[in-house]
Amino acid sequence: MNQFSNLFSRRQFMRLVMKSMALLAFLQTGVLFWFVRKSRAATSLPEGYNPKDHKWCMSIDVRKCIGCGRCAAACKMENHVPPEPYYFRTWVERYEVHGTDEPIITSPNGGIDGFPPQNSSEEFEKSFYVPKLCNHCETSPCTQVCPTGATFVSPDGVVMIDYDYCIGCRFCIQACPFGCRFFNPETQTADKCNLCYHRITQGLLPACVEVCPVGARQFGDLKDPESKIHAFLAENQVDVLKPQLRTHPKVYYAGLDKAVK
Amino acid sequence: MIPPQIWRPLGILLAILLIYLGVRSFFVPATFYQYGHFRGNSLATIASRPVQYAGKKACMDCHDTIGEKPYHSKHKTVSCETCHGPSLGHVEDPSQLPSLKPTNKEWCARCHEANNARPKTFPQVVIARHYPDKDCMICHNSKKLEKKP
Repeated sequence: MNQFSNLFSRRQFMRLVMKSMALLAFLQTGVLFWFVRKSRAATSLPEGYNPKDHKWCMSIDVRKCIGCGRCAAACKMENHVPPEPYYFRTWVERYEVHGTDEPIITSPNGGIDGFPPQNSSEEFEKSFYVPKLCNHCETSPCTQVCPTGATFVSPDGVVMIDYDYCIGCRFCIQACPFGCRFFNPETQTADKCNLCYHRITQGLLPACVEVCPVGARQFGDLKDPESKIHAFLAENQVDVLKPQLRTHPKVYYAGLDKAVK
Repeated sequence: MIPPQIWRPLGILLAILLIYLGVRSFFVPATFYQYGHFRGNSLATIASRPVQYAGKKACMDCHDTIGEKPYHSKHKTVSCETCHGPSLGHVEDPSQLPSLKPTNKEWCARCHEANNARPKTFPQVVIARHYPDKDCMICHNSKKLEKKP
């Protein structure tokens, strides 16, 4: 018998070892959590910007659009949308309507390279351009299907994607009834218009609105009584795309034809 | 005294609860539910992306008389960057010129080529029939033509 076994019995010693190990493990995980939370601590929005003070929306006057496609080109430039064709956050469609037939809808490269002139000026009863983008629905189907909470309607009314939490499952791309989402092959996430969130939080206009030469696109804040959007909504007969789906879009069209889908 | 058959399962339940809360706090991001069912942080992350287009206001800080020049006077309502391309680099460092200065016919045609999908009031011309061998800027960049009603 040595001195040590006088102090502790074997049972007591084992108990002490187990208890101290449990305590250590507890403290260790605590420290680990603290580090993880600290590394995820909130980064801040630009100073003076409170997302709860705004409700962003867009108005499009179809009667003004000349189909130059500068909006689609600027959007690709501003948001690093992959340059190869068929990936667009915004694009322009040309409708050619003849009587009650199905309208002919074309959008070569989203309208970026312009549209070819029609074959004959007599052939179509009417013809017009419709710029399209994410409708920023109030009750959006795309946010409802996201399994990770990576896509959401922000407090300022913009439907956005958290690129760090998107797992690229493409559910939202199928859910969007307007075809406004695409799978970005560079980031391997879903991607879409976010009304140039990095610009509007700094007081700038979205890139497409900035470059529109005829003012067909206007940007507005429904919570700002001085925003021009209120006059636009009051003075025009305003419609939204696919109102029967009750997604409550915040992209308002004036002069929309019934042929537009 | 609470008998062991009560406090032992209670202790196990408490341990399970603590482990659950611990794991949850580890996997759920700190700013989740700050605004709703998403990471509140992501707003700032998206807002911190780089800007390319400076906006017309920034251009007008220096080039406030550009609208008096021929050609520009007709395009007063158009943003500078519609033609000159994204120019934040030029705003930050004036020696770095804007990316574009288009003067070719194709550029003018992008908006002004006659097309019956365009609004009737918008100035359009069939470029192939309107002085086909001349550059637009030869006539349309002179003060004389600009002053015509």
